[in-house]
Amino acid sequence: MTSAPDAPEQGFRLSQLIYDTRYRSLTIQVVVLIAVMAAAGWLVDNTVRNLHALGKDFNFGFLWNRSGYDIAQYLIPYSNDSTHGRAMLVGLLNTVWISVLGCAAATVIGIFVGVLRLSKNWLVARLMTVYVETFRNIPVLLWILVSMAVLTEIAPGPNEYKVNPATGEASASMMLFDSVAFTNRYTAIPSASFGRSLGTIDTPLMPVSVDWVLVFAVLAVSIWANARFRKWADAVQESTGARPTTWWKSILIVLVPVVVVAVALGFRIHEPVLKGFNFVGGTNVSNSFVALWAGLSLYTGAFIAENVRAGILSVSKGQSEAAFALGLRPGRTMSLVILPQALRVIIPPLISQYLNLMKNSSLAIAVGYMDLRGTLGGITLNQTGRELECILLMMLIYLGLSLVISTVMNAFNRKVKLKER
Amino acid sequence: MIGKTSPSAPYVRKLMLDPLPPPAKASGVSLWLREKLFSSWGNAFLTVIGIGLIWLLVSHFAPWFLHGVWNADSLAACRKTIATTWGEGASGACWAVIRARWNQFIFGFYPAEIYWRPVLTFVLFLLALAPVLFSQLPRRLLWGSLVYPLVAIWLLWGGSVWPVAMIGVGFVIGAVLWRVLVAKNAILAALAAVVVPVLFWLFLTGPIDDLLGKVLPVSIQSVPSRQFGGFLLAIVLGAGGIVMSLPLGIVLALGRRSDMFLVKMFSIGFIEFVRGVPLIALLFVASLLLNYFLPPGTNFDIILRVMILVTLFSAAYIAEVIRGGLAALPRGQYEAADALGLDYWKAQRLIVLPQALKISIPGIVSSFIAMFKDTTLVTFVGLFEPLKSIPDTIRADFAWKGIYWEFFVFVGAIFFIINFGMSRYSMYLERKLKRDNR
Repeated sequence: MTSAPDAPEQGFRLSQLIYDTRYRSLTIQVVVLIAVMAAAGWLVDNTVRNLHALGKDFNFGFLWNRSGYDIAQYLIPYSNDSTHGRAMLVGLLNTVWISVLGCAAATVIGIFVGVLRLSKNWLVARLMTVYVETFRNIPVLLWILVSMAVLTEIAPGPNEYKVNPATGEASASMMLFDSVAFTNRYTAIPSASFGRSLGTIDTPLMPVSVDWVLVFAVLAVSIWANARFRKWADAVQESTGARPTTWWKSILIVLVPVVVVAVALGFRIHEPVLKGFNFVGGTNVSNSFVALWAGLSLYTGAFIAENVRAGILSVSKGQSEAAFALGLRPGRTMSLVILPQALRVIIPPLISQYLNLMKNSSLAIAVGYMDLRGTLGGITLNQTGRELECILLMMLIYLGLSLVISTVMNAFNRKVKLKER
Repeated sequence: MIGKTSPSAPYVRKLMLDPLPPPAKASGVSLWLREKLFSSWGNAFLTVIGIGLIWLLVSHFAPWFLHGVWNADSLAACRKTIATTWGEGASGACWAVIRARWNQFIFGFYPAEIYWRPVLTFVLFLLALAPVLFSQLPRRLLWGSLVYPLVAIWLLWGGSVWPVAMIGVGFVIGAVLWRVLVAKNAILAALAAVVVPVLFWLFLTGPIDDLLGKVLPVSIQSVPSRQFGGFLLAIVLGAGGIVMSLPLGIVLALGRRSDMFLVKMFSIGFIEFVRGVPLIALLFVASLLLNYFLPPGTNFDIILRVMILVTLFSAAYIAEVIRGGLAALPRGQYEAADALGLDYWKAQRLIVLPQALKISIPGIVSSFIAMFKDTTLVTFVGLFEPLKSIPDTIRADFAWKGIYWEFFVFVGAIFFIINFGMSRYSMYLERKLKRDNR
């Protein structure tokens, strides 16, 4: 917007603020800024006056007070003598836990269904279409409630697993080689322990088992070693053209150290056994958790299936034909040609599905699973009467979680993205 | 060749035979079966699993469905009827509960003697929707659609007609001011068209309502928001949210792509904040925190509060969808609009948005579907939506204690029909608007 050199020089006029494109955007921005500030000021002023009228103040001191309520599901030690802050932390960890497990299960379901929906098998493709359309078009709340109702109304009571002495049979039987039992109160699954434990270290947050730390450290080291080994194999292939056999060596490298450490520590799996009226020996997972997990995974899985299908369809047919022409087998065509290109399309919507699942996990309220909303935004809020602090803090934490998930997944996306020139 | 034979040829066949049908193995049902279901061992395996799955589902649910009882006044009566007709231990659905509580599912606790009002509103809704959805209908009908929201508000909530009419008058004042002033000065006109109606609503409507209410009292029985429920509530929230979130989403998307730094930052901040928190948190803001944020003593309608928050929530998602559409538009379109000398709003209105919105139709409709599904979450702020609150209420009645599946099937089916219909309509719209401009 340069003016012509011979334009008559004029002083600055006020109307230029509106009519001159050089200044107009500045004017608009100033007006917007003033409007937003005024609105924010108005809201804050109202809040201050309302709080004053109610005789309340705005502080987060209550987080260090005794909570006085119990939480059924906790990942770190918690009792009703713990603080509200710790209750919040328990809820946050529960939210993270259900989100992680839900994302994992939804991804598995999504990939499975998405691929099967493209199957040449007419029946299977139709079945998967019905699954996807049914789950996508009905609210997730219904699926969570249905899962809960299946567990509480249809699953047998623990005592029905008892063998009837008269008939020699139980009216309900456990699944997966007697390791899992669905009951109307909880789901009993196996648990693991170490016979020759190295003890635990008490940290302020939670006691950390040295055994598990050791096992995971060994696993991490062997995975790293395996990566080095594969790199070496790649280098050999590059220089000689023949790839050394790697598959059984890889398996050995990854598995043997972990197994050795686990055996040395006396690793055991305890299957749940019915004793008296309840299952003992394993872990009893509350039904609210299982129902929420199933509902969220099945619902989000349907969406992920659509993303996977779209991703695979987006790779043009010429790519697979070219791969076949080069002599690649179908498996390698999938892993080397189609998948890397499909992932580029699949991952961005996958990120938002993960975010949706994390946000939908707040529907835990429907089944009584104590997530962040249940502790901080639920009982703590009701007990302390500090709605403003609790809800603002809760929203900030959810916002933080969203940012973390999208940052991590975006980093992953950059890694798998095709490098275009 | 035919008809011209060389005389030396002893015999040339002139009659053409009809082509034989392909062998049985390569046609018809058997071919279809072989290609689609049993093309390989793996496929055959999948087919068997699929058939097994279908059989499992059908054998479990078909009897339950078919043994359903439609006439009973309690769950016990249902079970008795099933036991006597189908034998002891037979499973069966108790559809009678849907029949008995049909009105509650549809209207919630809306006063029974004025059910005609929501019904009329719904019929008018379909009539108002028709010209919006189908462009074959005469365009003049759109005026009816414009007036419809006010009529609906009055019919549903009732009370005096004047407050609702005054809202409409405010819009008319704005439109008239714009028409009159736009030729002289567009900025003044825009300012006047916004500010004058707002001032009118803030300061003049109250006294005028009182005056007109005394002179010409036209009023119908008023219904408080807490009595709304069932699918009436879901549709009011869903339709209201859809109508309001689309324009807001467009504005936010344009703001996010604006060259103006502050406007862009505010838009990004708003969109990312809303997309980062669960809807439940925002609903709690509506039910618990709005009282803090508004001047002391304000207490406005819970449905309106929820609808505003649902609208903001949905608008953030729609903004992102439309931003995608705007980004997908070739740069040349923007440049062409500039080259034609169109100003910002004209360029957006005539060139950019029609194309960008067309591209984003599938995403926008997905957002609408998501929002309609999310209306069920209002159960957690104490509104009577049809998925959880109404069944809970019905189960509180001793006669229907312990009944679950019938509700899930019924409510799920209605949500499925509405949402599936929306997605099919979006496909129709995509096909209709498709221009193969190569």
